[in-house]
Amino acid sequence: MEETKQTKLDLNNLKAGGFIKERGKNLFTVRLRVPGGRMSVSRLKKIAEVAEKFGGEFVHLSVRQSIELININFKDFDAVVEELGEKQQKVASCGARVRVPVACGGCEYNPNGLVDTQKSALEVDEKLFGTPTGHHKFKVAFAGCPFDCPKSSTNDVGFSGAIEPTLDKATCISCGLCVKSCVPKALVIGENNKPVLIAEKCIWCGDCVKVCPTEAWSVKKKGYTVRIGGKWGRNPLVGTLFATFLPEDKAVDFIAAVLEWYKLKAEGLGRIRLGDTIIKEGADELLNHLRSQFPQYVVTETIAPQIIQTQVGTH
Amino acid sequence: MQTIDLRGISCPTNFVKAKLALEDLDDGTAANILLDDGEPVKNVPRSLKADGHKLLGLKQSDEGHYILEIQKVEE
Repeated sequence: MEETKQTKLDLNNLKAGGFIKERGKNLFTVRLRVPGGRMSVSRLKKIAEVAEKFGGEFVHLSVRQSIELININFKDFDAVVEELGEKQQKVASCGARVRVPVACGGCEYNPNGLVDTQKSALEVDEKLFGTPTGHHKFKVAFAGCPFDCPKSSTNDVGFSGAIEPTLDKATCISCGLCVKSCVPKALVIGENNKPVLIAEKCIWCGDCVKVCPTEAWSVKKKGYTVRIGGKWGRNPLVGTLFATFLPEDKAVDFIAAVLEWYKLKAEGLGRIRLGDTIIKEGADELLNHLRSQFPQYVVTETIAPQIIQTQVGTH
Repeated sequence: MQTIDLRGISCPTNFVKAKLALEDLDDGTAANILLDDGEPVKNVPRSLKADGHKLLGLKQSDEGHYILEIQKVEE
């Protein structure tokens, strides 16, 4: 009798997910791990080679900055993983895990960028990627400035770069450029034509520092504005403010503290996102938990994630 | 003083035109750059500063546009 041919696969490759079933029989999408959306040209070439050999006619650029290989036969999983090269290009995740962080270009070449979002994304990816939450997916995004192109507040934890400016009145030449540049109108002309900062209106974007011809405006504090509890999908929530000027090197620990709270508080609530857990438990619960570890950066009060009415379906 | 009129020109063409106009000036020469309100007056001064030029002042004209005084700085 003829021996039946059994497919052999290294199931360890599937541990963090990243292999997503397609419509066709045996076909899967392989989601690649591209933290912060930065892709070296050499890796891009390698991915093109692998896609050409094992995939379909095209790749897909996902909403969260991944390259997805399309039409991969599940029997080729091991070969795809091996040819991508374990060190150079890893596979991403899906399911109830910490996902690959999204980030804008950051501050190296983008003139708006205030912080190194690329570095933060790599750190979070290295330390927290694939961590099972026990409940639902967990997304993180880094924006380099308050203009927030990555839409950080629609993530479970969203970071946006911020600076607090300070004025050296003696160096100021009263040119008015900063006042003109300030979109939220947080600067007004005061005594001797020197600008005055109205802190309540400031979004900490640093435009005044960038335009100042004499460096009279400088950076006093730098870090992340942190919003928590956002998500999109069927029932969107916008994350709310939990910390300000969190130093860049504290981002990983901060997310870990949020995860710790989420794992515990969502226990028994089923498949629930962080934002809905906060609404159930109360924002102060999470705020107090975070304050115990990050007293200098956590805000004094906040509100629960904000529900966005989509006007379709009542619940 | 030379006037570089960038009114009616939107970003980023206005900035590139300013760069081209400044190429023709000698190091240390001052010039007035005319900019529309809104995006141009917000973006162009900052970009010129990032290119190393010295911003000397900003005035609003009676007609509503802005006059940016700048000094060319050769790298």
